[in-house]
Amino acid sequence: MCLGIPGKVVEIYEAAGARMGKVDFDGIVKEVCLAYLPEIQVGDYTIVHVGFAITRLDETSARETLTMFHRMGILEEELNAGEEVSP
Amino acid sequence: MKYLDEFRDPELAGRLFEEIRRLTTRPWALMEVCGGQTHSIIRNGIDQLLPPAIELIHGPGCPVCVTPLEVIDRALAIAARPEVTFCSFGDMLRVPGSSQDLFRVKSAGGDVRVVYSPLDAVKLAQQLPERQVVFFGIGFETTAPANAMAVVQAERLGLHNFSMLVSHVLVPPAISAIMESPQNRVQAFLAAGHVCSVMGTWQYEPLVSRYRVPIVVTGFEPLDVLEGVRRAIAQLEEGRAELENAYPRAVRPEGNRPAQQVLEQVFEVTDRNWRGIGPIPGSGWRLRERYRAFDAEERFAVGHIRTDESPLCHSGEVLQGLLKPNQCPAFGKECTPRTPLGATMVSSEGACAAYFQYGRFIPVGAVEASR
Ligand code: SF4
Repeated sequence: MCLGIPGKVVEIYEAAGARMGKVDFDGIVKEVCLAYLPEIQVGDYTIVHVGFAITRLDETSARETLTMFHRMGILEEELNAGEEVSP
Repeated sequence: MKYLDEFRDPELAGRLFEEIRRLTTRPWALMEVCGGQTHSIIRNGIDQLLPPAIELIHGPGCPVCVTPLEVIDRALAIAARPEVTFCSFGDMLRVPGSSQDLFRVKSAGGDVRVVYSPLDAVKLAQQLPERQVVFFGIGFETTAPANAMAVVQAERLGLHNFSMLVSHVLVPPAISAIMESPQNRVQAFLAAGHVCSVMGTWQYEPLVSRYRVPIVVTGFEPLDVLEGVRRAIAQLEEGRAELENAYPRAVRPEGNRPAQQVLEQVFEVTDRNWRGIGPIPGSGWRLRERYRAFDAEERFAVGHIRTDESPLCHSGEVLQGLLKPNQCPAFGKECTPRTPLGATMVSSEGACAAYFQYGRFIPVGAVEASR
């Protein structure tokens, strides 16, 4: 229930006075309330909790953690050059 | 290392494990706050792949697990009323109250419905004007913006047949309570990423300085968890205590401001009893006076219901990190997901359920002794 799912905004409209939209979760499209992300546009990524988009997840920052890991891994390889690594 | 292949990027995961192993020189106890993280850790065997010196203590961040028994009993009393259509997230249906659960109320003819979003319950109230529609508003700061908006929406639509049974809980006061417990062993926290997506990270600065404890905002994917562990261990080994954001792709320091505004408008801080843990001052939200008309506890006068926990269940110790689920005598015997004795066996985010689902029947100490 409390795990957020990332998805892509594919449609934005107004319903009963609230900013709503359709979000595509890897093929499954659901109605989502976008009231908390007034700036989000069609094509943007977001994390959705119980039908509400709570945070933007732009493509650049979506990749940031992975890039950081990679950087860290490479860094760590450099550090481990000639150093003993326990199995 | 049979689990390593299951990581999205096994090579990267391997490097992270190596880096953590290289950093670790003595025993450390970390708590992952969120049940989603616990699930990720047990599913991927992260706790078994980490150096034995690192202990992961599973935190109280499963909203279903900590919703107090008296609130469950109030929910059951409301749901059983003939005029009520009771809406809840699916996880709550099998949570045991004192004598039954919502599922049984439903089988006995109660109108209990599972909804995906609280707005579905608002819609239902519009469609069923002759019914009293009640939504079970539980959760941490992640679900609270949705529940707050449902109340705002119901007011805007002038719905007199919608109300909410509110039992929200908050993470920062729980961290304080853990740090102040005389039995506390936690030396660093992996904070729940999505809670911080809503609330920002600023609430954690005072905790870091007051308790000199590292707090690393961490995501839910296995690699996110590993990165959180790596950063926490680095801080501990270097004698630092800082607030770090290891989940910047979803967490901004200020959080979601529009959501915080609506939360402030609809909810006020209250003391909250956590199931299995006990009362924690200022650790919950309830509806403000202005929205009391939407408070199900007042509408159905169930505020008097008070109950006691079953003495068989050790979920309190599990939620406080004093006991691992498989150390509970009832685990996997009297207590299974089909016949749960405690809430931690019900929700997919509960530690007991995660241990059961992934076959962790033997305590870690026993595994080590047999090696
Ligand atoms: S295994 Fe069951 S009885 Fe034991 S602590 Fe967990 S929920 Fe309670």
